[in-house]
Amino acid sequence: MNKIISKEIFSENVVQFEVEAPLIAKAHRAGHFVIVRVGEQGERMPLTIASSDVQKGSINLVVQKVGVSSAKLCALNAGDYITDLVGPLGKATHIENFGTVLCACGGVGTAPMLPIVRALKKAGNRVITVLAARSKTLIILEKQMREHSDEVIIMTDDGSYGTKGLVTNGIESVLQRESVDFCVTVGPAIMMKFVGQLTQKYRIPTVASLNTIMVDGTGMCGACRVTVDKKTKFVCVDGPEFDAHQVDFDEMIMRLNAYKDLERGAMQRFAEQPEQDRPAM
Amino acid sequence: MKEESQIKQEREQDWRVSLRNGMKAKDRIAIPRVQMPERDARIRSTNNEEVNLGLTETQAMTEAQRCLDCAKPTCMDGCPVGVNIPTFIKYIEVGNFPAAARTLKQTSALPAVCGRVCPQEKQCEAHCIHLKMKSTAVSIGNLERFAADYERNSGCISVPEVAASKGIKVAAVGSGPAGLSFAGDMAKLGYDVSVFEALHEIGGVLKYGIPVFRLPNEIVDVEIDNLRSMGVKFVKNCIVGKTITIDDLKADGFKGVFVASGAGLPRFMNIPGENLAGVMSSNEYLTRVNLMNAASATSDTPVYTGKKVAVIGGGNTAMDSVRTARRLGAERAMIVYRRSEEEMPARREEIHHAKAEGIDFLTLRNPIAYQGDEKGRVTHMQLQVMELGEADASGRRAPREIPGKTECIEVDEVIVSVGVSPNPLIPQSVSGLDVSKWGTIVVDESSMQSSIPMIFAGGDIVRGGATVILAMGDGRRAAKSMNEWLSKK
Ligand SMILES: Cc1cc2nc3c(=O)[nH]c(=O)nc-3n(C[C@H](O)[C@H](O)[C@H](O)COP(=O)(O)OP(=O)(O)OC[C@H]3O[C@@H](n4cnc5c(N)ncnc54)[C@H](O)[C@@H]3O)c2cc1C
Ligand code: FES
Repeated sequence: MNKIISKEIFSENVVQFEVEAPLIAKAHRAGHFVIVRVGEQGERMPLTIASSDVQKGSINLVVQKVGVSSAKLCALNAGDYITDLVGPLGKATHIENFGTVLCACGGVGTAPMLPIVRALKKAGNRVITVLAARSKTLIILEKQMREHSDEVIIMTDDGSYGTKGLVTNGIESVLQRESVDFCVTVGPAIMMKFVGQLTQKYRIPTVASLNTIMVDGTGMCGACRVTVDKKTKFVCVDGPEFDAHQVDFDEMIMRLNAYKDLERGAMQRFAEQPEQDRPAM
Repeated sequence: MKEESQIKQEREQDWRVSLRNGMKAKDRIAIPRVQMPERDARIRSTNNEEVNLGLTETQAMTEAQRCLDCAKPTCMDGCPVGVNIPTFIKYIEVGNFPAAARTLKQTSALPAVCGRVCPQEKQCEAHCIHLKMKSTAVSIGNLERFAADYERNSGCISVPEVAASKGIKVAAVGSGPAGLSFAGDMAKLGYDVSVFEALHEIGGVLKYGIPVFRLPNEIVDVEIDNLRSMGVKFVKNCIVGKTITIDDLKADGFKGVFVASGAGLPRFMNIPGENLAGVMSSNEYLTRVNLMNAASATSDTPVYTGKKVAVIGGGNTAMDSVRTARRLGAERAMIVYRRSEEEMPARREEIHHAKAEGIDFLTLRNPIAYQGDEKGRVTHMQLQVMELGEADASGRRAPREIPGKTECIEVDEVIVSVGVSPNPLIPQSVSGLDVSKWGTIVVDESSMQSSIPMIFAGGDIVRGGATVILAMGDGRRAAKSMNEWLSKK
């Protein structure tokens, strides 16, 4: 049981929690994640650690409401307890001063990108962040990204905010105007696939942080497996970051879709439950 | 293990002698082996109730009569921890069930578990004198289960006496049978024991792997509660090597660490199509169902419920997976195994139960590829037909391909259960620790001490995928030698 110290609402669907977790705070490096479980019937859900405070013995988690488990977590408040929290998991991000770094994120990848942007900036990089979404209301964490980036390019599919176009259009506009040394991408698998294809054309080393399905997060089940450079890897222990030019994204997309229908069922059950009947959280 | 002289002495006690002389060996042998009552296969394959119902008192006492109380109890040679078999059985024969349970507990930390999951037909029962006389072995496993269950159900489980506190902290990493039995013995000796577990449940494979229809959770929970009442502390959600390191433990005053982190990493076969949706490891499948309760409508964790399910492998894990699939509604649940049934490493009883539940056994078949539909969901498996050749190093006849002979079978779910590798977390996170080329921690066989003196190890992390009883035996041995080592310091 880990206590929620504070909760900050970033937008309708994005919440930041500060959670008591002294041991994890001490061991945390950028890129690490935790597995969180809310309620006795809760699912084990991976979440990137946004930041940590060793003195306070706490970690920050930025949670975007996407499925039933994140919705349950977002419904918690300061003073509540998270049933289970374990970590830090995965390999830490390799951070160095590359020079100019492009950080391309969108959708579910925006929250996990934040700590990477921050760490890259701290290491002395010139950080250009491309933040993409379908429309203005879905753009999240803009303020936080601006704090740690030299430039933020906003892209929306419908042109309701920033520039009209896809994340790749935003990237390409940068690549055409200046030389970029390194690229990081976090987001829906399909987005990372196209980012990878684009940066390969420009020969820019690119890392993608993969968000596969996970169960235990400790290498025990293989639910998170992906093919990288023709070899099977476990995202939870070998990753979550891999060379975007070597990841078999088509396979990853297919595997991600595998549980979609089942997940939708759970979401519906959760949504249909009257508030007071929801599991004590 | 008990001294031979002590075992002899017990055998010569008056009550034993008169009991032995009270019935002729010939008459004892003539009693047929009592059949374990089990739930009807058609009904049980639709629910999660325990399959075996347990012997009644009369059945147990009758079965106990079959034991000849041999002067040289060869059964004990077959037991990896040397349970004093004749003594506990004879206590059952006279109806002193609590004494039978106490006898078991002298050597086995988890008799109710071992009575259910040990491969008795390869261990104690394989050495039973009855077999030499062309009769069936005494049902030692069922009797063990009976005595342990009797004690538990009587509500007066004897919490072992705990010695005065030594004020010395020791840790177990992992809460499977190895970690639990270590914790129990060390607590008895007066140590301050903490068990660190990566998952959100205590029990290791006993909880996340072995299904409840074979090992109900309550049985494991009783043991865990017992340890708690002996002062053992459990720390869940704590991965040693990630959340804290062994160095942290040392700095925190822990004087000895027993690594019992198991063999939790699933192996795959690296064949085409193995990453299709619907193909998963038995660890994933069983973890979803057993640990995450995914089959229940109230659980947030999803699980596939295939109609045509193939499980690859012939071990206990494969049997557990295929029988779980059956219970989750598979119309055709298949075992695909590359050797013949005889070579299957699973317990005989599980194979027998699986068959009664309508599982298809496709033996001498090995998958070579999986095919999927346009959505990437598995739809077919390609099997290579095999035959048996010469015996290999393991003594089992090695399977070889019959060239050109393949089959294609429709499936909508495949569960790969071809073995596990040692959990690499601890070996990777401790420098200077001797690790074998298989990734197991190297220890001195008798003391279970590793190349780093304060670190001991046992169970599957030392042996690779082995058994509950061996893991438990390792835990007890490690406790004994860690105590000796700490006492000398
Ligand atoms: C499905 C299945 C069925 C089986 N059936 C039988 C059977 O019928 N009979 C039989 O004898 N054997 C059976 N076995 C094998 C038996 O369960 C194992 O040999 C035994 O459990 C090993 O015990 P252990 O204590 O070494 O490890 P485990 O039971 O694997 O426990 C290890 C524990 O350590 C935890 N852990 C790992 N790394 C860390 C870390 N770094 N920090 C903290 N915790 C950690 C794990 O989460 C796990 O809970 C079966 C195995 C499976 C998977
Ligand atoms: S989540 Fe289970 S192995 Fe990665």
